[in-house]
Amino acid sequence: MPESIVVGLDGSEASGRAAEAAADAARRHDLRLLLACVVPWSPYSFTSAEENERRSVEKEREATAARERVLDPVVTRLSAPGDLEVEGVVRHGHPAETLVSLARDYDAAWITVGRVGQSRVRTMLFGSTPSSLIQLSPVPVLVVP
Amino acid sequence: MPSTSDSLLAATFDEQVDSFFAPVSEWITAVVFFAIPLDFIDEGVVLPLIVVWLVIAGFFFTVYLRGFQFRAFKHAIQLARGDYNDPRDAGEVTHFQALATAVSGTVGLGNIAGVAVAISLGGPGATLWMIIAGLVGMCTKGVECTLGVKYRNVYADGRVSGGPMYYLTKGLKEKSPKLGTFGKVLAVLFCIFTLGGAVGGGNMFQANQAFSQAQSVTGGADGPLGGGAAGAIFGLILALFVGAVIIGGIRSIARVTDKLVPFMAVFYVIACLTVLIANLTAVPEALWAIVSQAFTPEAGFGGVVGVLIQGFRRAAFSNEAGLGSAAIAHSAVKTSEPATEGHVAVLEPFIDTVVICTMTALAIVITGTYADEASAPGVQTTSAAFGTVVGWFPIVLAVAVVLFAYSTMLAWSYYGLKAATYLFGESMLVDRTWKLIFCIFVVIGASSTLDAVIGFSDSMIFLMSLPNIIGLYILARVVKKELFGYRARLEQGEILPVAERT
Repeated sequence: MPESIVVGLDGSEASGRAAEAAADAARRHDLRLLLACVVPWSPYSFTSAEENERRSVEKEREATAARERVLDPVVTRLSAPGDLEVEGVVRHGHPAETLVSLARDYDAAWITVGRVGQSRVRTMLFGSTPSSLIQLSPVPVLVVP
Repeated sequence: MPSTSDSLLAATFDEQVDSFFAPVSEWITAVVFFAIPLDFIDEGVVLPLIVVWLVIAGFFFTVYLRGFQFRAFKHAIQLARGDYNDPRDAGEVTHFQALATAVSGTVGLGNIAGVAVAISLGGPGATLWMIIAGLVGMCTKGVECTLGVKYRNVYADGRVSGGPMYYLTKGLKEKSPKLGTFGKVLAVLFCIFTLGGAVGGGNMFQANQAFSQAQSVTGGADGPLGGGAAGAIFGLILALFVGAVIIGGIRSIARVTDKLVPFMAVFYVIACLTVLIANLTAVPEALWAIVSQAFTPEAGFGGVVGVLIQGFRRAAFSNEAGLGSAAIAHSAVKTSEPATEGHVAVLEPFIDTVVICTMTALAIVITGTYADEASAPGVQTTSAAFGTVVGWFPIVLAVAVVLFAYSTMLAWSYYGLKAATYLFGESMLVDRTWKLIFCIFVVIGASSTLDAVIGFSDSMIFLMSLPNIIGLYILARVVKKELFGYRARLEQGEILPVAERT
């Protein structure tokens, strides 16, 4: 039996709506809500020596900023009524791959994300997290407009 | 059009910079490249001791570590690919990133201009010696990067600082307290030479060759960059871009070049391959020229030594093995096993010298542009080789040269900064002073003649190898224990790829 719903948060309005929708569903199905903020990072990106030296410090700074600016306000808002078990995590990595991995680890019923709303050209060139998720995810993906 | 008086004034500015700089360069070159005359072999043959120093180190470690670099190759690729990266480590510096950073610091003008200089002065045979120097240099680099990680400083806030100054200080002290003082002296010397190398090979040589190529593709002496002060103006613009990143902290520019440079390196290799394919029938002859002329039987032993010296000298300048610079870049890697970075580092001289330099050499030898005495040895020789196939290739090369030069400057400004902060302490004053000096030398480099620049940059960069290699010899047993111990555990299956861990 699935235990949770994983929500990908990126600070956008759409991801906020995705979190609300997932919270409603979690209450109905009596599931935990896992709010995940993934800081994009690739082990194969090219960096300068100076950036490498400060990587650990930067990582910490990015994680703190993601937690404070994106994650905590939503966690506080959704857990305020007290009728829902809400957990927030910050991870570094490829957004879609990391959400899939979290869905496996937390035995998610599905993954909810907001629609990115970017142009066709941009999506064609760089892809989007929802479209990558649809290709990768072992569980259903709910995209909230 | 500037007026005649403007041109004269401008011309004097460039000449003034050069006339001030050339004697300094000549004096330093004479000291560093002190050479023993080998009259008993052939008249006029000289052997620079500093080159012998580097080559012996390469061969010593190759024998002492039983050809470690060749055995390390497969595992090095697995490590760089991330097979052994623990997912919990993700988010920090991977082996791939440490390698890519160090490669972007070394792949640069040494691969384009340095190779042309070696072949122009030593003939096609210099290529073979460059490759051999690259192969033994792989071992030296593995040794210094293992030590770089083993003795690095990890600060409370998570920053990491490493490099020869740290292993010379800590490693030698660990051996005995007496050696500790000696290690401190070596570390200080290393830092002084690194500062010189950073302004020389890591800065002035790059600025000079970037200007030379830009001038060449815009119409030479008669083009818009042919004026007297053009070098200084070009240098000033370049210095502004360097300063924007290193002083202004505009990392976005660096990020663009960091991404572009690896692609340019691939593009450069493709361009070389195009030259080779266009002259496919001439490839066997060129290869034969490289092998046979490495031993120049007609020139006697003296000729062989001359060619060998050119090859080794330019290879060392290109891949920086034995100089200790890469150990600074590799130290930031996230690993609990110093030997892993020793493995990954061996790939660097292979990519730089064995692959990229050989490509340049083949393009130059096949097209025969090195024999043209009208053009100065340097990037223009390579440009002419490219120009024989497609007319606009030199423009592409000019873009690559400027990007390579720029990224190398950023890397060396960092190496210099690490040396400066080791010598004078971590402070904003040291940081800013060093960066300002670095930018001033960009202008001087672009204004100075090639001879003066090459002499100075070679001298300073080669001097770094003196304290570094002394330290490597003293710490040789530590490295052997580290590398062989790791390999034994690897072979016994104690260290498994992440996918096979339970």
